[in-house]
Amino acid sequence: MAVSKLQRAQTRLAYLLVLPATLLILVIYIIPILFVFLGSLTDYTLVSNYYEFVGFENYQKMFGDKVFANALNNTFFYAVLFLPGAFVISLVIAIAIQEQKQFRSILEVLYFLPVTSTLAAMALVWAALMDSGQGVINNTFQLFGLPRVNWFGNEDVVLYSLAIISLWSIIGFNMVLFLAGLTSIPKNLYEAAALDGADHPLDKFFRVTWPMLGPTAMFVAVTSSITAFKLFDTVAILTQGGPDRASEVFLYLAFLEGFEYFNMGYSAALSLFFLGIIFFFALVQALFSDRNVHY
Amino acid sequence: MAQLTLKNIKKSFGDTPVLHDISLDVNDGEFVSLVGQSGCGKSTLLRIIAGLEQPDSGDVLINGQSMINAAPKDRNIAMVFQDYALYPHMSVGENMAMPLVMASLPLYARLPMMRSITPAGRKAQPEIRAAVEKVAKQLRIDHLLDRKPAQLSGGQRQRVALGRALVRDPQVFLMDEPLSNLDAKLRVQVRAEITELHASSGLTFVYVTHDQVEAMTMSSRVALLQTGHLLQVGTPNDLFSDPASRDVAQFIGSPEINIIGGESHGGQITIGEAQLPIDLGTTGPVQIGIRPETISIPNANGLVAAHAPKQGHMVTFNKRFIEDLGPEVLIHGAFAHAPDGIIRIRAQKSDAYNDARTLAQSGTLEVMLNPNQLLFFAADGQRLRPAMNAAKLAETA
Repeated sequence: MAVSKLQRAQTRLAYLLVLPATLLILVIYIIPILFVFLGSLTDYTLVSNYYEFVGFENYQKMFGDKVFANALNNTFFYAVLFLPGAFVISLVIAIAIQEQKQFRSILEVLYFLPVTSTLAAMALVWAALMDSGQGVINNTFQLFGLPRVNWFGNEDVVLYSLAIISLWSIIGFNMVLFLAGLTSIPKNLYEAAALDGADHPLDKFFRVTWPMLGPTAMFVAVTSSITAFKLFDTVAILTQGGPDRASEVFLYLAFLEGFEYFNMGYSAALSLFFLGIIFFFALVQALFSDRNVHY
Repeated sequence: MAQLTLKNIKKSFGDTPVLHDISLDVNDGEFVSLVGQSGCGKSTLLRIIAGLEQPDSGDVLINGQSMINAAPKDRNIAMVFQDYALYPHMSVGENMAMPLVMASLPLYARLPMMRSITPAGRKAQPEIRAAVEKVAKQLRIDHLLDRKPAQLSGGQRQRVALGRALVRDPQVFLMDEPLSNLDAKLRVQVRAEITELHASSGLTFVYVTHDQVEAMTMSSRVALLQTGHLLQVGTPNDLFSDPASRDVAQFIGSPEINIIGGESHGGQITIGEAQLPIDLGTTGPVQIGIRPETISIPNANGLVAAHAPKQGHMVTFNKRFIEDLGPEVLIHGAFAHAPDGIIRIRAQKSDAYNDARTLAQSGTLEVMLNPNQLLFFAADGQRLRPAMNAAKLAETA
């Protein structure tokens, strides 16, 4: 039959067309994840070719490990410091810039500059700025009669310091996302609001801006959360998890276990746990982002 | 009850002037249309009345009070936007309640979730709901109050926008091309509803449109704008039968008025072979405007001109093609003496009419022009009026 022949040819073509993407997803995501999962079931170390399957022993160890609990604790504490700032400061700056007529593009560039720089290199600049002895920040503090702060040496301060650096590097990016969202709000909604009496900045924000920004806000919240849990570069360069594991965050622990202590099996288990956290946030976004679109 | 006065409004965007010295009085309860082609400044003028745009100079007065420094909400003006500008995240009821919530609650009670907690918010709630329901019933959208704007049809959204404007009991009602997003059938229906609303509410309406039919059918007076100048203000009939210039004559009326060249000389006007005894007091070329429905075809197969003259001057007309519009036909062609100028004749069918094809058989027609119904314009487009009463002239002819 001619029709079924054509149909079969079309089906073949369809499979052929999705093949490259499927292969890439398999090679880049699925197969490595499977290997990590298999690795997490072994006691494989980088220093020995011999390994055996140990079942879920690595996972058992993980949930009983005080170091793991500490890293998880640090990561969440850091996220709680980082997220509100990453969200609120970016939004406030975006709204302020949006209302600017002059210098708007210059300000946009200025705030976006940190995003374009290499965080690893800029971490060293921050290290110089935040140096407890000679740092500009401490010198300025002293000038105003404020106490000097041991930014990276004090257990109670180090996560704040790292959060400040991360904020500096992400605010420009979030601001651009918010600006895109703000620009897409129809101007005549604000005009209608002005006629309806909602011309107070708070009314404008709560009646028009915030509801219309829903999808953007969701996206920013989710991507920022993922960024928070991905904290690694500044820790590796500036503190190496110290002092006394006070800045040892989740991803850095996974790195330590794998590439410093060579416990690849355990590190694989940590990585999968991390993947689960990221997957959770991605799921939240996928489920809720459509629901917040009003138009 | 409101009288709206615009005094010498001027406005430029950068170096581009958009409004040149516009003055206009809108009387209490009047329905005035601002009509003109896109870019003529009509929407800008409306936005200046609303307070969404500040003029470079001039004043906006409501009941004699200058409003130029008043915020939009303090002018007690309601506006319906072209695309309605409904809040997409709010239900129809919340959309309509918005002006009342803003007017009746203090700021702290308007913050999120505070309306149901604060005493002021709780107290105002039933009143607001009652007011919204009353207007919704009036506009027959009371069954839609819980829906979101995205779930409504174009006509329903239009009504919600009207409702949001009405619920605050405004002095002046502004509309910016409110029908342009509706399909042709709905447009006619909503047009009638707006006219009815104007009659029943007795409010002062200012209505912006590019569609002269809308302007003519709905308004008590029409203000015609072109490139930022107010060309003429008058009743629809004034603008149609007594236009101040060629531009007005060309904008008002569908199909468009025919403009042909003629010669004025010694108390006579020459159009082709016809000599019309009309004294314009000038010598030289003039432009003559002939409404398509005033040209009559004395011997044409059951067609009559809408305003057929009893007597007039015969001119030879070459047909090109005919459009059958149902109750009437539109004959396209040119006068024999000026084959380049397109002339349209609108003629109504009488009982004797049978088919456009019989009319199409002959290539030329003798048509009659009534000197009474001709409009004369100088080369710059300004209206020229005959020195003597044209009706009398027609009698002597």
